[in-house]
Amino acid sequence: MLSLSPARTRSGGAPSPPPPARRDGSPLRRGHRRLAALYAAPMAAIVAVLFVVPLGLMVWMSFNHWPLLGASAPNGVVNYRALSDPLFLHALVFTLKYTVVTTVVLSLVAFGLALLVQEGRRGVGLFRTVFFLPSAVGLASASLLFYGLFNTGSSPLNAVIRFLVGGDVDWLGSSGNALYSTVGMITWRFAGFYMLILMTGLHAIDPMLYEAARTDGAGWWQIMRRVTLPLLRPTLALMMVLSVTGSLLAFDQFFILTGGRHGTATIVVDIYREAFLSQDLGRAAAVSVAILVGLIVINGAQLRLLRRGGR
Amino acid sequence: MSRPRHRAARSAGFYSTSTALAVLFLFPMVWTLLSSVHGRQASGGGNGWGIADYKRLFHYGSGLPTYLFNTTVVSLVTVCVTVVVTTLGGYAVARFSFPGKNLLFLVTLAILMVPYTTILVPLYVLLGWIGLQNSLIGLGLVLAMFQLPFGLFMMRNSFEALPVELEEAALIDGCTPTGVLRRVLLRGVAPGMVTVALFSFLAAWNEFVAPLIFLTDGAKFTLPVALFNLQSGSLGSVDFGALQSGVVTAAVPCVVVFLLLQRYYVRGFTSGALKG
Repeated sequence: MLSLSPARTRSGGAPSPPPPARRDGSPLRRGHRRLAALYAAPMAAIVAVLFVVPLGLMVWMSFNHWPLLGASAPNGVVNYRALSDPLFLHALVFTLKYTVVTTVVLSLVAFGLALLVQEGRRGVGLFRTVFFLPSAVGLASASLLFYGLFNTGSSPLNAVIRFLVGGDVDWLGSSGNALYSTVGMITWRFAGFYMLILMTGLHAIDPMLYEAARTDGAGWWQIMRRVTLPLLRPTLALMMVLSVTGSLLAFDQFFILTGGRHGTATIVVDIYREAFLSQDLGRAAAVSVAILVGLIVINGAQLRLLRRGGR
Repeated sequence: MSRPRHRAARSAGFYSTSTALAVLFLFPMVWTLLSSVHGRQASGGGNGWGIADYKRLFHYGSGLPTYLFNTTVVSLVTVCVTVVVTTLGGYAVARFSFPGKNLLFLVTLAILMVPYTTILVPLYVLLGWIGLQNSLIGLGLVLAMFQLPFGLFMMRNSFEALPVELEEAALIDGCTPTGVLRRVLLRGVAPGMVTVALFSFLAAWNEFVAPLIFLTDGAKFTLPVALFNLQSGSLGSVDFGALQSGVVTAAVPCVVVFLLLQRYYVRGFTSGALKG
Protein backbone atom coordinates (compact mmCIF):
# COMPACT_ATOMS: atom_id res chain seq x y z
CA MET A 1 0.00 0.00 0.00
CA LEU A 2 2.83 2.34 0.79
CA SER A 3 4.32 2.56 -2.64
CA LEU A 4 4.47 6.04 -4.03
CA SER A 5 5.59 4.85 -7.39
CA PRO A 6 4.41 6.79 -10.38
CA ALA A 7 5.76 4.18 -12.78
CA ARG A 8 3.21 1.69 -11.59
CA THR A 9 0.09 3.77 -11.95
CA ARG A 10 -2.17 3.12 -14.83
CA SER A 11 -1.21 6.10 -16.90
CA GLY A 12 2.42 5.01 -16.83
CA GLY A 13 5.50 7.05 -16.06
CA ALA A 14 5.53 8.88 -19.36
CA PRO A 15 4.76 12.58 -19.34
CA SER A 16 1.49 13.78 -20.83
CA PRO A 17 0.93 11.93 -24.08
CA PRO A 18 -0.06 14.11 -27.01
CA PRO A 19 -3.84 14.43 -26.99
CA PRO A 20 -5.46 12.10 -29.51
CA ALA A 21 -7.10 13.55 -32.57
CA ARG A 22 -10.28 15.49 -31.89
CA ARG A 23 -13.37 13.38 -32.16
CA ASP A 24 -15.90 16.14 -32.09
CA GLY A 25 -16.34 16.24 -35.84
CA SER A 26 -18.21 12.96 -36.10
CA PRO A 27 -21.79 13.31 -37.32
CA LEU A 28 -23.00 11.52 -34.20
CA ARG A 29 -21.78 14.34 -32.04
CA ARG A 30 -22.57 17.31 -34.19
CA GLY A 31 -26.17 17.28 -33.08
CA HIS A 32 -25.24 17.70 -29.46
CA ARG A 33 -23.61 21.12 -29.52
CA ARG A 34 -26.24 22.67 -27.34
CA LEU A 35 -26.16 19.86 -24.84
CA ALA A 36 -22.36 20.07 -24.66
CA ALA A 37 -22.56 23.79 -24.02
CA LEU A 38 -24.98 22.96 -21.23
CA TYR A 39 -22.47 20.56 -19.65
CA ALA A 40 -19.83 23.27 -19.75
CA ALA A 41 -22.19 25.97 -18.46
CA PRO A 42 -21.54 25.50 -14.70
CA MET A 43 -17.81 25.78 -15.30
CA ALA A 44 -18.28 28.86 -17.47
CA ALA A 45 -20.51 30.46 -14.84
CA ILE A 46 -18.04 29.91 -11.99
CA VAL A 47 -15.08 31.07 -14.07
CA ALA A 48 -16.93 34.18 -15.22
CA VAL A 49 -18.38 35.25 -11.86
CA LEU A 50 -15.53 34.27 -9.54
CA PHE A 51 -12.54 34.85 -11.80
CA VAL A 52 -13.10 37.14 -14.78
CA VAL A 53 -15.28 39.67 -12.94
CA PRO A 54 -12.94 39.95 -9.90
CA LEU A 55 -9.98 40.34 -12.22
CA GLY A 56 -11.66 43.29 -13.91
CA LEU A 57 -12.85 44.61 -10.58
CA MET A 58 -9.30 44.50 -9.26
CA VAL A 59 -8.10 46.79 -12.05
CA TRP A 60 -11.09 49.12 -11.58
CA MET A 61 -10.61 49.25 -7.79
CA SER A 62 -6.98 50.20 -8.23
CA PHE A 63 -8.10 53.47 -9.84
CA ASN A 64 -10.59 54.30 -7.09
CA HIS A 65 -10.49 55.51 -3.55
CA TRP A 66 -12.06 52.37 -2.07
CA PRO A 67 -12.30 52.23 1.72
CA LEU A 68 -13.15 48.95 3.46
CA LEU A 69 -16.48 50.49 4.51
CA GLY A 70 -18.24 53.35 2.77
CA ALA A 71 -18.57 54.71 -0.75
CA SER A 72 -15.86 54.59 -3.38
CA ALA A 73 -14.85 57.28 -5.88
CA PRO A 74 -12.38 57.39 -8.78
CA ASN A 75 -9.03 58.89 -7.82
CA GLY A 76 -6.77 58.28 -10.82
CA VAL A 77 -3.43 56.69 -10.11
CA VAL A 78 -3.11 57.89 -6.50
CA ASN A 79 -3.31 54.29 -5.21
CA TYR A 80 -0.22 53.37 -7.16
CA ARG A 81 1.78 55.58 -4.83
CA ALA A 82 1.60 52.55 -2.52
CA LEU A 83 4.35 51.13 -4.73
CA SER A 84 6.83 53.77 -3.54
CA ASP A 85 5.86 53.38 0.12
CA PRO A 86 8.96 52.41 2.16
CA LEU A 87 7.00 49.61 3.83
CA PHE A 88 6.14 48.12 0.44
CA LEU A 89 9.70 48.50 -0.85
CA HIS A 90 11.05 46.79 2.24
CA ALA A 91 8.52 43.96 1.81
CA LEU A 92 9.52 43.66 -1.84
CA VAL A 93 13.22 43.33 -1.03
CA PHE A 94 12.57 40.84 1.77
CA THR A 95 10.26 38.76 -0.45
CA LEU A 96 12.84 38.62 -3.25
CA LYS A 97 15.54 37.56 -0.81
CA TYR A 98 13.26 34.89 0.64
CA THR A 99 12.35 33.67 -2.85
CA VAL A 100 15.97 33.24 -3.91
CA VAL A 101 17.04 31.45 -0.70
CA THR A 102 13.97 29.17 -0.62
CA THR A 103 14.15 28.21 -4.28
CA VAL A 104 17.85 27.34 -4.10
CA VAL A 105 17.62 25.35 -0.84
CA LEU A 106 14.38 23.61 -1.77
CA SER A 107 15.57 22.64 -5.27
CA LEU A 108 18.81 21.15 -3.95
CA VAL A 109 17.13 19.18 -1.15
CA ALA A 110 14.30 17.97 -3.39
CA PHE A 111 16.73 16.92 -6.12
CA GLY A 112 18.84 15.02 -3.60
CA LEU A 113 15.76 13.24 -2.28
CA ALA A 114 14.57 12.41 -5.79
CA LEU A 115 17.94 10.89 -6.70
CA LEU A 116 17.93 8.94 -3.46
CA VAL A 117 14.51 7.34 -3.89
CA GLN A 118 14.18 7.08 -7.68
CA GLU A 119 15.53 3.54 -7.90
CA GLY A 120 13.32 0.59 -7.10
CA ARG A 121 14.69 -0.98 -3.94
CA ARG A 122 13.06 -2.82 -1.10
CA GLY A 123 11.33 -0.37 1.19
CA VAL A 124 11.87 2.63 -1.05
CA GLY A 125 8.11 3.24 -1.22
CA LEU A 126 8.03 3.67 2.53
CA PHE A 127 10.75 6.33 2.37
CA ARG A 128 8.95 8.15 -0.45
CA THR A 129 5.79 8.22 1.65
CA VAL A 130 7.64 9.50 4.71
CA PHE A 131 9.36 12.28 2.76
CA PHE A 132 6.07 13.31 1.22
CA LEU A 133 4.01 13.13 4.40
CA PRO A 134 4.70 16.74 5.58
CA SER A 135 3.17 17.94 2.29
CA ALA A 136 -0.17 16.45 3.34
CA VAL A 137 -0.14 18.74 6.38
CA GLY A 138 -1.53 22.19 5.61
CA LEU A 139 0.89 25.10 5.39
CA ALA A 140 -0.90 26.93 8.21
CA SER A 141 -0.82 23.83 10.41
CA ALA A 142 2.84 23.30 9.59
CA SER A 143 3.58 26.90 10.56
CA LEU A 144 1.75 26.49 13.87
CA LEU A 145 3.59 23.23 14.45
CA PHE A 146 6.95 24.92 13.99
CA TYR A 147 5.82 27.88 16.06
CA GLY A 148 5.55 25.42 18.94
CA LEU A 149 8.82 23.76 18.01
CA PHE A 150 10.68 27.09 18.02
CA ASN A 151 9.06 28.62 21.07
CA THR A 152 8.74 25.97 23.74
CA GLY A 153 11.66 25.38 26.05
CA SER A 154 10.94 21.67 26.15
CA SER A 155 11.16 21.17 22.38
CA PRO A 156 13.99 18.87 21.32
CA LEU A 157 15.16 21.54 18.87
CA ASN A 158 15.94 23.88 21.75
CA ALA A 159 17.39 21.06 23.84
CA VAL A 160 19.87 20.22 21.08
CA ILE A 161 20.83 23.87 20.62
CA ARG A 162 21.32 24.32 24.35
CA PHE A 163 23.60 21.30 24.32
CA LEU A 164 25.57 22.61 21.32
CA VAL A 165 25.96 26.32 22.06
CA GLY A 166 25.12 26.40 25.74
CA GLY A 167 22.30 28.93 25.41
CA ASP A 168 18.92 29.53 23.85
CA VAL A 169 18.45 30.69 20.30
CA ASP A 170 15.63 33.07 19.44
CA TRP A 171 14.58 31.34 16.23
CA LEU A 172 12.22 34.10 15.11
CA GLY A 173 13.69 37.05 17.00
CA SER A 174 15.49 38.85 14.18
CA SER A 175 15.02 39.29 10.46
CA GLY A 176 17.84 36.90 9.60
CA ASN A 177 16.87 34.24 12.13
CA ALA A 178 13.23 34.35 11.11
CA LEU A 179 14.17 34.10 7.43
CA TYR A 180 16.32 31.01 7.85
CA SER A 181 13.99 29.36 10.36
CA THR A 182 11.14 29.83 7.90
CA VAL A 183 13.19 28.48 5.01
CA GLY A 184 13.91 25.41 7.15
CA MET A 185 10.23 24.93 7.86
CA ILE A 186 9.27 25.41 4.19
CA THR A 187 11.93 22.92 3.11
CA TRP A 188 10.50 20.35 5.51
CA ARG A 189 6.97 21.04 4.25
CA PHE A 190 7.61 21.12 0.47
CA ALA A 191 10.71 18.98 -0.22
CA GLY A 192 8.64 15.79 -0.64
CA PHE A 193 6.22 17.50 -3.01
CA TYR A 194 8.99 18.68 -5.32
CA MET A 195 10.73 15.32 -4.90
CA LEU A 196 7.63 13.69 -6.39
CA ILE A 197 7.61 16.10 -9.34
CA LEU A 198 11.31 15.52 -10.02
CA MET A 199 10.91 11.76 -9.65
CA THR A 200 8.21 11.77 -12.30
CA GLY A 201 10.65 13.57 -14.59
CA LEU A 202 13.49 11.17 -13.78
CA HIS A 203 11.32 8.13 -14.49
CA ALA A 204 10.40 9.54 -17.89
CA ILE A 205 14.05 9.37 -19.00
CA ASP A 206 14.74 6.28 -21.12
CA PRO A 207 17.02 3.90 -19.11
CA MET A 208 18.69 2.96 -22.41
CA LEU A 209 20.34 6.39 -22.44
CA TYR A 210 22.06 5.74 -19.11
CA GLU A 211 23.08 2.29 -20.33
CA ALA A 212 24.59 3.78 -23.49
CA ALA A 213 26.44 6.50 -21.59
CA ARG A 214 27.86 3.95 -19.17
CA THR A 215 29.02 1.73 -22.03
CA ASP A 216 30.81 4.72 -23.47
CA GLY A 217 32.67 5.02 -20.18
CA ALA A 218 30.91 8.09 -18.77
CA GLY A 219 31.20 8.60 -15.02
CA TRP A 220 28.43 9.55 -12.59
CA TRP A 221 29.08 13.28 -12.91
CA GLN A 222 29.25 13.19 -16.71
CA ILE A 223 25.97 11.26 -16.93
CA MET A 224 24.39 13.80 -14.59
CA ARG A 225 25.60 16.78 -16.64
CA ARG A 226 25.16 15.40 -20.16
CA VAL A 227 22.11 13.14 -19.80
CA THR A 228 20.04 13.66 -16.67
CA LEU A 229 20.01 17.44 -16.29
CA PRO A 230 19.34 18.33 -19.95
CA LEU A 231 16.50 15.81 -20.18
CA LEU A 232 15.07 16.97 -16.88
CA ARG A 233 14.90 20.57 -18.06
CA PRO A 234 11.10 20.77 -18.49
CA THR A 235 10.57 19.28 -15.03
CA LEU A 236 13.13 21.66 -13.52
CA ALA A 237 11.34 24.55 -15.23
CA LEU A 238 8.04 23.46 -13.71
CA MET A 239 9.61 23.23 -10.25
CA MET A 240 11.25 26.65 -10.62
CA VAL A 241 8.02 28.33 -11.69
CA LEU A 242 6.04 26.72 -8.86
CA SER A 243 8.66 27.54 -6.25
CA VAL A 244 9.26 31.12 -7.38
CA THR A 245 5.55 31.88 -7.66
CA GLY A 246 4.80 30.24 -4.31
CA SER A 247 7.60 32.11 -2.54
CA LEU A 248 6.80 35.49 -4.05
CA LEU A 249 3.25 35.04 -2.75
CA ALA A 250 4.29 33.74 0.68
CA PHE A 251 1.78 34.65 3.35
CA ASP A 252 0.76 31.91 5.82
CA GLN A 253 4.24 31.12 7.09
CA PHE A 254 5.28 34.71 7.90
CA PHE A 255 1.83 35.84 9.04
CA ILE A 256 1.78 32.99 11.56
CA LEU A 257 5.43 32.68 12.58
CA THR A 258 6.35 36.36 12.97
CA GLY A 259 3.22 38.31 12.12
CA GLY A 260 5.50 40.34 9.84
CA ARG A 261 7.55 41.65 12.77
CA HIS A 262 11.33 42.20 12.56
CA GLY A 263 10.99 43.32 8.93
CA THR A 264 9.67 39.97 7.74
CA ALA A 265 6.52 41.27 6.06
CA THR A 266 6.17 39.85 2.55
CA ILE A 267 4.34 41.53 -0.32
CA VAL A 268 1.13 39.64 0.38
CA VAL A 269 1.36 40.49 4.09
CA ASP A 270 1.68 44.11 2.88
CA ILE A 271 -1.48 43.72 0.75
CA TYR A 272 -3.30 42.28 3.75
CA ARG A 273 -2.21 45.24 5.91
CA GLU A 274 -3.24 47.81 3.30
CA ALA A 275 -6.64 46.17 2.87
CA PHE A 276 -7.68 45.18 6.36
CA LEU A 277 -5.57 47.20 8.80
CA SER A 278 -5.31 50.50 6.86
CA GLN A 279 -8.74 49.60 5.45
CA ASP A 280 -7.78 50.86 2.01
CA LEU A 281 -8.89 48.33 -0.58
CA GLY A 282 -7.92 50.61 -3.47
CA ARG A 283 -4.26 50.65 -2.50
CA ALA A 284 -4.34 46.89 -1.88
CA ALA A 285 -5.79 46.42 -5.38
CA ALA A 286 -3.06 48.63 -6.89
CA VAL A 287 -0.34 46.49 -5.26
CA SER A 288 -2.16 43.34 -6.45
CA VAL A 289 -2.22 44.58 -10.05
CA ALA A 290 1.50 45.35 -9.88
CA ILE A 291 2.31 41.89 -8.49
CA LEU A 292 0.18 40.20 -11.13
CA VAL A 293 2.03 42.03 -13.92
CA GLY A 294 5.37 41.34 -12.25
CA LEU A 295 4.68 37.62 -11.90
CA ILE A 296 3.56 37.23 -15.50
CA VAL A 297 6.79 38.90 -16.64
CA ILE A 298 8.98 36.81 -14.30
CA ASN A 299 7.34 33.50 -15.19
CA GLY A 300 7.43 34.29 -18.89
CA ALA A 301 11.13 35.12 -18.63
CA GLN A 302 11.88 31.94 -16.65
CA LEU A 303 10.10 29.73 -19.15
CA ARG A 304 11.74 31.41 -22.11
CA LEU A 305 15.18 31.24 -20.53
CA LEU A 306 14.85 27.56 -19.73
CA ARG A 307 13.43 26.75 -23.14
CA ARG A 308 16.12 28.60 -25.02
CA GLY A 309 18.85 27.05 -22.91
CA GLY A 310 17.51 23.66 -23.89
CA ARG A 311 18.25 24.10 -27.57
CA MET B 1 36.59 -3.10 -4.77
CA SER B 2 34.79 -6.11 -6.18
CA ARG B 3 31.38 -5.52 -7.70
CA PRO B 4 29.12 -7.29 -5.17
CA ARG B 5 30.85 -5.57 -2.28
CA HIS B 6 30.50 -2.25 -4.07
CA ARG B 7 26.78 -2.89 -4.41
CA ALA B 8 26.46 -3.82 -0.74
CA ALA B 9 28.22 -0.60 0.27
CA ARG B 10 25.87 1.43 -1.92
CA SER B 11 22.89 -0.33 -0.44
CA ALA B 12 24.07 0.32 3.11
CA GLY B 13 24.65 3.96 2.19
CA PHE B 14 21.13 4.21 0.79
CA TYR B 15 19.45 2.71 3.85
CA SER B 16 21.43 4.69 6.42
CA THR B 17 20.96 8.03 4.58
CA SER B 18 17.28 7.40 3.98
CA THR B 19 16.64 6.32 7.55
CA ALA B 20 18.40 9.38 8.97
CA LEU B 21 16.38 11.64 6.66
CA ALA B 22 13.16 9.82 7.49
CA VAL B 23 13.75 10.42 11.19
CA LEU B 24 14.39 14.10 10.44
CA PHE B 25 11.17 14.38 8.41
CA LEU B 26 9.02 12.53 10.92
CA PHE B 27 10.41 14.12 14.06
CA PRO B 28 8.42 17.42 14.06
CA MET B 29 5.14 15.53 13.63
CA VAL B 30 5.95 12.80 16.11
CA TRP B 31 7.13 15.32 18.70
CA THR B 32 3.95 17.40 18.31
CA LEU B 33 1.80 14.29 18.61
CA LEU B 34 3.67 13.14 21.72
CA SER B 35 3.70 16.50 23.48
CA SER B 36 -0.04 16.88 22.86
CA VAL B 37 -0.67 13.86 25.09
CA HIS B 38 2.35 13.89 27.38
CA GLY B 39 3.77 16.38 29.86
CA ARG B 40 2.54 18.65 32.60
CA GLN B 41 -0.02 20.54 30.48
CA ALA B 42 -1.36 17.42 28.81
CA SER B 43 -1.83 15.45 32.00
CA GLY B 44 -3.26 18.43 33.88
CA GLY B 45 -0.58 18.76 36.59
CA GLY B 46 1.50 15.60 36.86
CA ASN B 47 4.14 14.56 34.42
CA GLY B 48 2.51 11.61 32.70
CA TRP B 49 0.03 11.05 29.91
CA GLY B 50 -3.34 12.76 29.58
CA ILE B 51 -5.84 14.42 27.29
CA ALA B 52 -6.17 17.73 29.13
CA ASP B 53 -4.82 19.57 26.05
CA TYR B 54 -7.59 18.15 23.90
CA LYS B 55 -10.20 19.04 26.52
CA ARG B 56 -9.07 22.68 26.52
CA LEU B 57 -9.03 22.68 22.72
CA PHE B 58 -12.54 21.20 22.71
CA HIS B 59 -13.90 24.19 24.64
CA TYR B 60 -11.80 26.89 22.96
CA GLY B 61 -13.78 29.77 21.41
CA SER B 62 -16.95 28.48 19.77
CA GLY B 63 -15.85 24.92 20.48
CA LEU B 64 -13.91 22.43 18.42
CA PRO B 65 -17.06 20.72 17.03
CA THR B 66 -18.15 24.03 15.47
CA TYR B 67 -14.79 24.56 13.80
CA LEU B 68 -14.63 20.97 12.58
CA PHE B 69 -18.18 21.28 11.22
CA ASN B 70 -17.33 24.55 9.40
CA THR B 71 -14.18 23.10 7.89
CA THR B 72 -16.10 20.00 6.79
CA VAL B 73 -18.83 22.10 5.15
CA VAL B 74 -16.28 24.18 3.21
CA SER B 75 -14.38 21.06 2.15
CA LEU B 76 -17.56 19.26 1.07
CA VAL B 77 -18.76 22.22 -1.00
CA THR B 78 -15.36 22.57 -2.63
CA VAL B 79 -14.99 18.86 -3.40
CA CYS B 80 -18.56 18.37 -4.70
CA VAL B 81 -18.57 21.50 -6.84
CA THR B 82 -15.11 20.79 -8.26
CA VAL B 83 -15.82 17.14 -9.09
CA VAL B 84 -19.26 17.70 -10.64
CA VAL B 85 -18.29 20.82 -12.59
CA THR B 86 -15.00 19.45 -13.95
CA THR B 87 -16.50 16.05 -14.82
CA LEU B 88 -19.26 17.69 -16.89
CA GLY B 89 -16.86 20.26 -18.30
CA GLY B 90 -14.17 17.69 -19.04
CA TYR B 91 -16.71 15.54 -20.89
CA ALA B 92 -17.87 18.49 -22.96
CA VAL B 93 -14.34 19.64 -23.79
CA ALA B 94 -12.98 16.17 -24.53
CA ARG B 95 -15.82 14.82 -26.65
CA PHE B 96 -17.84 17.64 -28.20
CA SER B 97 -17.49 20.94 -29.94
CA PHE B 98 -19.54 23.88 -28.80
CA PRO B 99 -19.34 27.63 -29.21
CA GLY B 100 -16.75 29.23 -26.93
CA LYS B 101 -15.03 25.93 -26.13
CA ASN B 102 -11.48 27.12 -26.73
CA LEU B 103 -12.12 30.39 -24.93
CA LEU B 104 -13.46 28.54 -21.89
CA PHE B 105 -10.49 26.19 -21.85
CA LEU B 106 -7.98 29.04 -22.11
CA VAL B 107 -9.64 31.28 -19.52
CA THR B 108 -9.91 28.37 -17.08
CA LEU B 109 -6.23 27.59 -17.49
CA ALA B 110 -5.48 31.30 -17.00
CA ILE B 111 -6.60 30.84 -13.38
CA LEU B 112 -3.26 29.06 -12.92
CA MET B 113 -1.39 32.08 -14.22
CA VAL B 114 -3.08 34.50 -11.86
CA PRO B 115 -1.62 34.21 -8.37
CA TYR B 116 -4.59 33.57 -6.25
CA THR B 117 -3.81 35.77 -3.29
CA THR B 118 -3.88 38.79 -5.59
CA ILE B 119 -7.55 38.45 -6.50
CA LEU B 120 -8.77 37.85 -2.95
CA VAL B 121 -9.33 41.56 -2.30
CA PRO B 122 -11.73 42.06 -5.26
CA LEU B 123 -13.33 38.68 -4.46
CA TYR B 124 -13.99 39.96 -0.94
CA VAL B 125 -15.87 42.95 -2.41
CA LEU B 126 -17.69 40.81 -4.97
CA LEU B 127 -18.86 38.25 -2.41
CA GLY B 128 -20.23 41.18 -0.40
CA TRP B 129 -22.29 42.30 -3.42
CA ILE B 130 -23.82 38.87 -4.02
CA GLY B 131 -24.46 38.24 -0.33
CA LEU B 132 -21.90 35.49 0.08
CA GLN B 133 -19.50 37.31 2.38
CA ASN B 134 -18.97 35.58 5.71
CA SER B 135 -20.54 32.47 4.14
CA LEU B 136 -19.12 28.95 4.18
CA ILE B 137 -20.83 28.23 0.84
CA GLY B 138 -19.26 31.32 -0.75
CA LEU B 139 -15.85 30.32 0.58
CA GLY B 140 -16.31 26.78 -0.77
CA LEU B 141 -17.24 28.15 -4.21
CA VAL B 142 -14.16 30.38 -4.33
CA LEU B 143 -11.89 27.50 -3.32
CA ALA B 144 -13.55 25.30 -5.97
CA MET B 145 -12.84 27.95 -8.61
CA PHE B 146 -9.12 27.74 -7.82
CA GLN B 147 -9.27 23.95 -8.32
CA LEU B 148 -10.91 24.17 -11.76
CA PRO B 149 -7.77 24.36 -13.95
CA PHE B 150 -6.23 21.22 -12.46
CA GLY B 151 -9.60 19.44 -12.39
CA LEU B 152 -10.53 20.31 -15.96
CA PHE B 153 -7.16 19.16 -17.25
CA MET B 154 -7.33 15.94 -15.26
CA MET B 155 -10.88 15.11 -16.33
CA ARG B 156 -10.31 16.02 -19.98
CA ASN B 157 -7.32 13.67 -20.04
CA SER B 158 -9.37 10.97 -18.29
CA PHE B 159 -12.14 11.15 -20.90
CA GLU B 160 -9.67 11.24 -23.78
CA ALA B 161 -7.95 8.12 -22.47
CA LEU B 162 -11.19 6.11 -22.87
CA PRO B 163 -11.88 4.37 -26.20
CA VAL B 164 -14.67 5.97 -28.21
CA GLU B 165 -16.10 2.76 -29.66
CA LEU B 166 -18.24 1.80 -26.69
CA GLU B 167 -19.68 5.25 -26.51
CA GLU B 168 -20.40 5.46 -30.25
CA ALA B 169 -22.24 2.14 -30.07
CA ALA B 170 -24.40 3.41 -27.24
CA LEU B 171 -25.11 6.64 -29.13
CA ILE B 172 -26.12 4.68 -32.24
CA ASP B 173 -28.43 2.57 -30.10
CA GLY B 174 -30.22 5.78 -29.26
CA CYS B 175 -28.69 6.49 -25.88
CA THR B 176 -28.47 10.22 -25.09
CA PRO B 177 -25.05 11.77 -24.30
CA THR B 178 -26.16 12.13 -20.69
CA GLY B 179 -27.07 8.45 -20.57
CA VAL B 180 -23.72 7.53 -22.11
CA LEU B 181 -21.94 9.59 -19.50
CA ARG B 182 -23.88 8.02 -16.65
CA ARG B 183 -23.97 4.39 -17.78
CA VAL B 184 -20.77 3.96 -19.82
CA LEU B 185 -18.16 6.61 -19.10
CA LEU B 186 -18.47 7.41 -15.43
CA ARG B 187 -16.89 4.14 -14.36
CA GLY B 188 -13.90 4.76 -16.63
CA VAL B 189 -13.19 8.25 -15.35
CA ALA B 190 -13.82 7.42 -11.67
CA PRO B 191 -10.08 7.27 -10.81
CA GLY B 192 -9.65 10.75 -12.28
CA MET B 193 -12.58 11.97 -10.19
CA VAL B 194 -10.98 10.55 -7.04
CA THR B 195 -7.74 12.38 -7.87
CA VAL B 196 -9.58 15.66 -8.38
CA ALA B 197 -11.55 15.12 -5.15
CA LEU B 198 -8.36 14.36 -3.21
CA PHE B 199 -6.51 17.46 -4.43
CA SER B 200 -9.45 19.74 -3.74
CA PHE B 201 -10.08 18.20 -0.31
CA LEU B 202 -6.47 18.75 0.81
CA ALA B 203 -6.55 22.33 -0.51
CA ALA B 204 -9.90 23.22 1.07
CA TRP B 205 -9.31 21.57 4.46
CA ASN B 206 -5.98 23.37 4.88
CA GLU B 207 -6.82 26.74 3.33
CA PHE B 208 -5.85 29.65 5.55
CA VAL B 209 -5.79 33.06 3.87
CA ALA B 210 -9.17 32.90 2.10
CA PRO B 211 -11.21 32.04 5.24
CA LEU B 212 -9.09 34.54 7.20
CA ILE B 213 -10.30 37.28 4.86
CA PHE B 214 -13.83 36.13 3.96
CA LEU B 215 -15.09 34.94 7.35
CA THR B 216 -15.70 37.67 9.89
CA ASP B 217 -17.92 35.86 12.37
CA GLY B 218 -15.97 33.83 14.96
CA ALA B 219 -18.60 31.06 14.97
CA LYS B 220 -17.96 30.50 11.24
CA PHE B 221 -14.19 30.14 11.44
CA THR B 222 -12.56 27.09 9.93
CA LEU B 223 -10.08 25.08 11.99
CA PRO B 224 -6.85 26.69 10.64
CA VAL B 225 -8.19 30.20 11.34
CA ALA B 226 -9.42 29.20 14.80
CA LEU B 227 -6.00 27.72 15.59
CA PHE B 228 -4.33 30.91 14.39
CA ASN B 229 -6.53 32.88 16.80
CA LEU B 230 -5.61 30.47 19.57
CA GLN B 231 -1.94 31.22 18.83
CA SER B 232 -2.11 34.98 18.23
CA GLY B 233 -5.12 35.99 20.32
CA SER B 234 -3.31 35.90 23.65
CA LEU B 235 0.11 37.41 23.04
CA GLY B 236 2.68 36.31 25.54
CA SER B 237 0.78 33.40 27.01
CA VAL B 238 0.14 30.98 24.20
CA ASP B 239 -1.47 27.71 25.27
CA PHE B 240 1.02 25.49 23.45
CA GLY B 241 -0.63 22.30 24.63
CA ALA B 242 -3.99 23.20 23.11
CA LEU B 243 -2.22 24.50 19.99
CA GLN B 244 -0.38 21.22 19.50
CA SER B 245 -3.50 19.17 19.97
CA GLY B 246 -5.15 21.46 17.41
CA VAL B 247 -2.36 20.92 14.91
CA VAL B 248 -2.74 17.16 15.37
CA THR B 249 -6.52 17.40 14.92
CA ALA B 250 -6.13 19.40 11.72
CA ALA B 251 -3.40 17.15 10.29
CA VAL B 252 -4.81 13.69 11.04
CA PRO B 253 -7.63 13.70 8.43
CA CYS B 254 -5.23 14.84 5.71
CA VAL B 255 -2.56 12.30 6.60
CA VAL B 256 -5.10 9.45 6.76
CA VAL B 257 -6.80 10.42 3.48
CA PHE B 258 -3.43 10.77 1.81
CA LEU B 259 -2.16 7.40 3.05
CA LEU B 260 -5.33 5.69 1.83
CA LEU B 261 -5.42 7.38 -1.56
CA GLN B 262 -1.78 8.06 -2.36
CA ARG B 263 -1.99 6.07 -5.59
CA TYR B 264 -4.53 8.60 -6.81
CA TYR B 265 -2.39 11.49 -5.61
CA VAL B 266 0.56 10.33 -7.69
CA ARG B 267 -1.74 10.05 -10.73
CA GLY B 268 -2.18 13.80 -10.45
CA PHE B 269 1.52 14.19 -11.21
CA THR B 270 1.96 11.53 -13.87
CA SER B 271 -1.09 12.47 -15.91
CA GLY B 272 0.62 15.70 -16.84
CA ALA B 273 -2.17 17.78 -15.36
CA LEU B 274 0.28 19.67 -13.19
CA LYS B 275 2.22 20.77 -16.21
CA GLY B 276 -0.73 22.85 -17.34
